[in-house]
Amino acid sequence: MSAKNTALQHHFNDLDQQYQASQLGMWAFLVQELLFFGGLFAGYVVYRNLYPEAWTLGSHELDVSLGSTNTAILILSSLTMAMAVYWAQKGQKTKLVLFLVATLILGCSFLGIKVIEYSHKVQHHLLPGNGFSFDSPLADQVRIFFSFYFAMTGMHAFHMIVGAGILIWLIVQAMKGRYTAEYNTPIEMFGLYWHFVDVVWIYLFPLLYLIGRN
Amino acid sequence: MSTAIFKPRPEQVAQESDGTVSNYLNASFSIRSWLLTVDHKRIAILYLISISAMFFLGGIFAMLIRMELLTPAGDLMQSETYNKMFTMHGVVMVFFFLIPATPAVFGNFLLPLMIGAKDLAFPRLNLLSWYLYTAGALLAIGSIVFGGVDTGWTFYTPYSTTYANSNVILAALGAFIAGFSSILTGLNFIVTIHKMRAPGLTWFKMPLFVWGHYATSIIQVLGTPVVAITIILVALERLFHIGIFNPELGGDPILFQHLFWFYSHPAVYIMILPAMGVISEVITCFSKKKVFGYEFIALSSMAIALLGFLVWGHHMYTSGQSTYASLVFSVLTFLVAIPSAIKVFNWTATLYKGSVSYDAPMLYAIGFLGLFTIGGLTGVFLATLAVDVHVHDTYFIVAHFHYIMVGGSIMGYMAALHFWWPKITGRLYPEGWARFSALIIFIGFNLTFFPQFVVGYLGMPRRYHIYPEEFQIWNVFSTAGSSILGIGYLIPLIYLIWSLKSGPKASPNPWNAKGLEWERCPSPPPTHNFDHTPVVIEEAYAYEHKIWIK
Amino acid sequence: MGDIAFFPEQASTLAGQVDLLYFFLIAVSVFFALLIFSLIYLFAVRYRRRSEDDVPKEISGLLKLEILWSVIPLILVLFVFGWGATLYFDAYNPPKDAMEIYVVGKQWMWYIQHPTGQREINKLHIPVNKPVKLTMATEDVIHSFYVPAFRVKKDVVPGMYTTMWFNAIKTGEYHLFCAEYCGTKHSQMIGTVVVMEQADYQKWLSGNDSNEPLSVTGEKKFQQLACHTCHKDKANGRGPSLVGIFGKQAQLQNGQIITVDEDYIRKSILNPGDDVIAGYKPVMPTFQGQISEVGLLQITAYIKSLANSGSK
Repeated sequence: MSAKNTALQHHFNDLDQQYQASQLGMWAFLVQELLFFGGLFAGYVVYRNLYPEAWTLGSHELDVSLGSTNTAILILSSLTMAMAVYWAQKGQKTKLVLFLVATLILGCSFLGIKVIEYSHKVQHHLLPGNGFSFDSPLADQVRIFFSFYFAMTGMHAFHMIVGAGILIWLIVQAMKGRYTAEYNTPIEMFGLYWHFVDVVWIYLFPLLYLIGRN
Repeated sequence: MSTAIFKPRPEQVAQESDGTVSNYLNASFSIRSWLLTVDHKRIAILYLISISAMFFLGGIFAMLIRMELLTPAGDLMQSETYNKMFTMHGVVMVFFFLIPATPAVFGNFLLPLMIGAKDLAFPRLNLLSWYLYTAGALLAIGSIVFGGVDTGWTFYTPYSTTYANSNVILAALGAFIAGFSSILTGLNFIVTIHKMRAPGLTWFKMPLFVWGHYATSIIQVLGTPVVAITIILVALERLFHIGIFNPELGGDPILFQHLFWFYSHPAVYIMILPAMGVISEVITCFSKKKVFGYEFIALSSMAIALLGFLVWGHHMYTSGQSTYASLVFSVLTFLVAIPSAIKVFNWTATLYKGSVSYDAPMLYAIGFLGLFTIGGLTGVFLATLAVDVHVHDTYFIVAHFHYIMVGGSIMGYMAALHFWWPKITGRLYPEGWARFSALIIFIGFNLTFFPQFVVGYLGMPRRYHIYPEEFQIWNVFSTAGSSILGIGYLIPLIYLIWSLKSGPKASPNPWNAKGLEWERCPSPPPTHNFDHTPVVIEEAYAYEHKIWIK
Repeated sequence: MGDIAFFPEQASTLAGQVDLLYFFLIAVSVFFALLIFSLIYLFAVRYRRRSEDDVPKEISGLLKLEILWSVIPLILVLFVFGWGATLYFDAYNPPKDAMEIYVVGKQWMWYIQHPTGQREINKLHIPVNKPVKLTMATEDVIHSFYVPAFRVKKDVVPGMYTTMWFNAIKTGEYHLFCAEYCGTKHSQMIGTVVVMEQADYQKWLSGNDSNEPLSVTGEKKFQQLACHTCHKDKANGRGPSLVGIFGKQAQLQNGQIITVDEDYIRKSILNPGDDVIAGYKPVMPTFQGQISEVGLLQITAYIKSLANSGSK
């Protein structure tokens, strides 16, 4: 039984219609995600305008080398994901699995570095809440900066965790031979999602880490 | 006119020979087959049950509010309790009834049928949407059971974030989860309409019900995420005092209002556009005529969806926002009124030289035309800056939005319920009782809400537990009307449930309506909808052509 | 005396104008509503179904009609927009000679402070035929100061001052309501605006316990909080001299030019690290938590009074 027969869902006329529906669905979902992060970006813009010095002060507390490393890791993971899609379309199961695993490892490294960064912040009393303290007359405003830092990177990290979970599932399915040259839509759709999460980070990084640095 | 109107016409009743044909309802009776269904029609029924439950819950709060307001003194309950009543009435009705109602029940059931598809694009996502809705509803009920919320459904900061002592986060999370139900439903509809239309069904041949749901879905997908993140920020502020909406910590409480209304204004178009789609279907069927100005009605839905995103600041004229911002929002608000006016004119023109019958769905549709017109016209009052300053946060506003949401959305929902009841259940409801209820609802509604325009302009603020004596007379009228309205809603509950067992079995097309759902499948439809994919050659509402009866 | 009222009294210069616009809207609405309702009724009755075999005329549309009923409403609404906007601008732009009164809302009462020193709770005494400008603050959540008889309303928002003005034209007592939900006793946060003839108002002013003018109370607070240790009369203090500074333009550290108004003074006391005046170090401590909204208004009144002694 070819993958073609089992992959076609009962309510679609043919695989092409199913693929087009998946594609439009994923793009619509990503547009929605854009607006979800958009609310946070809007709030960020408002407060950065109000409190530019506090934003600079807060940004200087962030570790640029860790942030840059993470940026490089994510960009690399988008590359490995694109390779996974490529090899899926070519029907090469081993290479597909390889690149999916590579993407997962890179994603987890990103998350690991974020754990390091977060624990560092918590240790230095930079987590907004009752434990927050910052030695400056602008402490309240810096707290708001960190609220955005944690909300935005936290929301982003949540999306990465969900992505990692889906990746594991995709790897298992790929190892079972579920994806072929004829049917690899889930890989491609997940690729779109992963690239989106990458792009969000590419905006977050300079907006949070690179304020007032030359 | 004899009692003939109270008996179904012969062609409305199923033939004796039909027997028990396999349909989506009797395909399987196990609980599992219902709770794990991916059939859009069964999911619609699941929604019908949960949404109806939430409607009556919201209605109970409404009843308690109106009972308290019979007298100026706060003698039925304490202020804190009253504040919870109106909050929960709003939260339940807005997030758990009005937003999902027509799309989740009728959109789900009818969209694939109307476009000749076997199901929606993502059936499992559809089931997930229902579970998300139910989870959200349970959280909201939880917040009620654990003592209620008292912030108003609008959750203004810093009251909701710093001062309120009630179950804010629980209620907000309920709305958050229900929001994702809404987003996924919208996403499903958009992809379905784009990719799964039957051969020959071009965009401008689609029923206007589909256009209405398409426009609604765009709003759901674009607008809901913004309120979702706003709710998260409110929860974070409450839990961790992050300071974003608290001025004592450098935050801006008006930022909340902008973020909140950016969704909540388009949300009201989510509530009305599907109902408008229903009206187009009903008026054409019961005038036996093509709709007047099809392209204008279709495109006005899109215009409303677009413009609706640009007017949120008209909720904030007195908030301290700049006068220039208010000017911009005001002029845009006037503009968004025009497409709605165009629809009303076109629907009225559809009646001209038609063959008009007064079955219950049509009574609801005509009632919609009247009440929506009043609601829409009073919206023009509110777009007007100087007038809104006086009536903002008074009962004038309460009356305006109830005319649109109850007089508009709910009338549309009731029209849909009666129009498609035979298709969905395979049974006819008792027409006499249905017309009677429609009349009761119309009268009760006007008596409830028209006095509120008067008492609002007189200056009675909203969300007031105790009010000055001179406002009492209007409140008494309003409460009297609400008891009539309440009865009006209870009667259909009874006869619709009765009809499930004891109503006459319906023929495939008891209304002689055009449309794939009527002409190409029985009542109720089989699980797979169509035996053969239909090929569409006619325009919508081509009543001059023969009506197919399967 | 059972006259049922449909409108509040027209007790301000604005009220009659707002009512006029309102009546116009009612007239237009009644016209269009009656037009649509009668057409619906007419068509539904005249064209009622007479037999199941009726074949209605197929009319799919008429472009001229669509344009007509799009353009006419458009022109109408733009006209109404212009009218409403003009009134709104007048309503939210106080005349320069308006008498100033301060208002602080807090759960669940209105605290009113006259510059001459009188304090009121939930009551506002004002003279007739004189523009009055309210500068308003709140101690806690958003409230809204609403006088239906004047047709004006403005929210009070924590963290900033809002203003509104009116000119009462009729003596009498009028409702004051809080119009933004603010918690348990929102509906009891009400009061009365008492409009009096000039002579009666003067009597009322002097009849109260001799209160000191607000600026004098403010001066006391200024000393009590030790503001004078840095803000001296001359420019050689750690902070800028406040003599004659109110209402003037000033340059900040970052080059921006701002006007020294109530908002700037409030911000400088609560968040002194923001917006520091050019040439001064950001060494002023914050007084957040040490001073209430009322105290802030007192100090502002004092600083305003210093403007009079300087040259304009």
